[in-house]
Amino acid sequence: MNMPLVKTDNSQTIAAVTGAPAAAKVLPLTFKRPALQSKFVGKLRDVAANLVPPIVMISLLLIIWEMLCSKTGATLPPPSRVLADTWELIVDPFYDRGGIDKGLFWHLSASLQRVALGYALAAVAGVALGTLVGQSVWAMRGLDPIFQVLRTVPPLAWLPLSLAAFRDSQPSAIFVIFITAIWPIIINTAVGIRNMPQDYRNVAAVLRLNPLEFFIKVMVPSAAPYIFTGLRIGIGLSWLAIVAAEMLIGGVGIGFFIWDAWNSSHISEIILALIYVGIVGFILDRIVAGIASIVTRGTAAN
Amino acid sequence: MTPYCRIDHVDKVYSRGNTETCVLKEITLDIDEGEYVSIIGHSGCGKSTLLNIVAGLTEATSGGVILEGKHVDEPGPDRAVVFQNHSLLPWLTVYDNVKLAVDKVFGSSKSRAERDEWTLHNLNLVQMTHAKDKRPSEISGGMKQRVGLARALAMEPKILLLDEPFGALDALTRAHLQDTVMGLHQKLGNTVMMITHDVDEAVLLSDRIIMMTNGPSAQIGEILTVPIARPRKRLELVTDATFLKCRQRVLEFLYERHRFVEAA
Repeated sequence: MNMPLVKTDNSQTIAAVTGAPAAAKVLPLTFKRPALQSKFVGKLRDVAANLVPPIVMISLLLIIWEMLCSKTGATLPPPSRVLADTWELIVDPFYDRGGIDKGLFWHLSASLQRVALGYALAAVAGVALGTLVGQSVWAMRGLDPIFQVLRTVPPLAWLPLSLAAFRDSQPSAIFVIFITAIWPIIINTAVGIRNMPQDYRNVAAVLRLNPLEFFIKVMVPSAAPYIFTGLRIGIGLSWLAIVAAEMLIGGVGIGFFIWDAWNSSHISEIILALIYVGIVGFILDRIVAGIASIVTRGTAAN
Repeated sequence: MTPYCRIDHVDKVYSRGNTETCVLKEITLDIDEGEYVSIIGHSGCGKSTLLNIVAGLTEATSGGVILEGKHVDEPGPDRAVVFQNHSLLPWLTVYDNVKLAVDKVFGSSKSRAERDEWTLHNLNLVQMTHAKDKRPSEISGGMKQRVGLARALAMEPKILLLDEPFGALDALTRAHLQDTVMGLHQKLGNTVMMITHDVDEAVLLSDRIIMMTNGPSAQIGEILTVPIARPRKRLELVTDATFLKCRQRVLEFLYERHRFVEAA
């Protein structure tokens, strides 16, 4: 039987335990100010502990770079030269002298627009196809082999084909982004749907949720952590592909900016553009990760 | 007179390739309205399968379940289930988990305010109102099971199906929840069918205990009526002669006549 058989003993023990702390004296808190100060100092120390290592490492790398590239005969410019050469681009990213002679902001924003469109299409189509493949055994058997082969095709290999199909650079670039980002989204969504616990299906069955309610209220939230893993891989791949695609299609865009700088032997500009590409890619990843952590709050921890 | 709920000659055969495994054979059982019936047996005897057949989650190979004169063969809120592992949706708060069921079952018959009130009422029945805004991951196992119970009760089922509802809980929490279920059964008069493997639990809570023989081809071996008046008090029953006798009967059935034979 699952019951406290020795109830009287129990209550005595409790009384004995609660009696103990009463005997201890409670000391008043007299040193309030120093406590507050040390808390502030502690927080500052935490911030410093996180900031100092990267600052040290970056400075160290810059010094090594400066030393290596300052020698005569160095093929790449040292950071001081890069800064001097590109100062105009850094301080005025918004200039627009017509054609392709625009500030870095415009190049980045053109690239981001292409990525946004291609990635949004990939997200919608990827989640839909992933759901289909995850839900239906027949669809999985039919489509999975095709997906597995197509996903290994490098993004740029699609470009000539899409140029032939669309006969325009803009939709071709967007298609390349789409086709690059869609595979991880499909595959992760399918895994998420397939891994949905049977319990949730049972609950939905008992409640008689219709297929649409089941999809919105159970399936999508249940697979959300997986879907967002796919979306996060997808955004990274999109940003990788856009730079390469833009080098080939030309026009406005950060990829073309790099290619153009290479053709005019502005190595410093290439380096600046690479730093911007890295930072933007990092920010994109953080944005998707941030949305994921808000949307899937509580879902991962069961 | 037709009984409130009748499990009528239910067979369940699982076939894989050419081999057929008969899990349940000729299960016939009548359950009265307001009755608390427990099904006990060794693991693998098909008691969960039987509950799933009543719930409509598993299809019987032959035979069927008749509830209030109607044949039931698919899941529905009139046979609400409290699952062993709570099965709460982790992305919804405690309140929203119950509300989902309330909205679905009473979406057309109750107003928004009434549904909100009904949700809170059911959370209150299981003493979980204080945690209504928490997510399942933030509450203990016993609390999750309480919420699962509230969700099932909120559907106003004709028969409440409990699938080893206390199996995963520690002894003290289990005792506490058993008392809650006993109190609710007393108060609301639900018809309950509970799967358990705990002899004390079965005797304490049930009006009748259905003892199942070992599978394959499990059958109802014996039915024991527990003639203990309600409300029952856990502490008084420890020394109660009827309680001990019932307990002994079940133990004898399980451990002498139908010992669990470990399948190779």
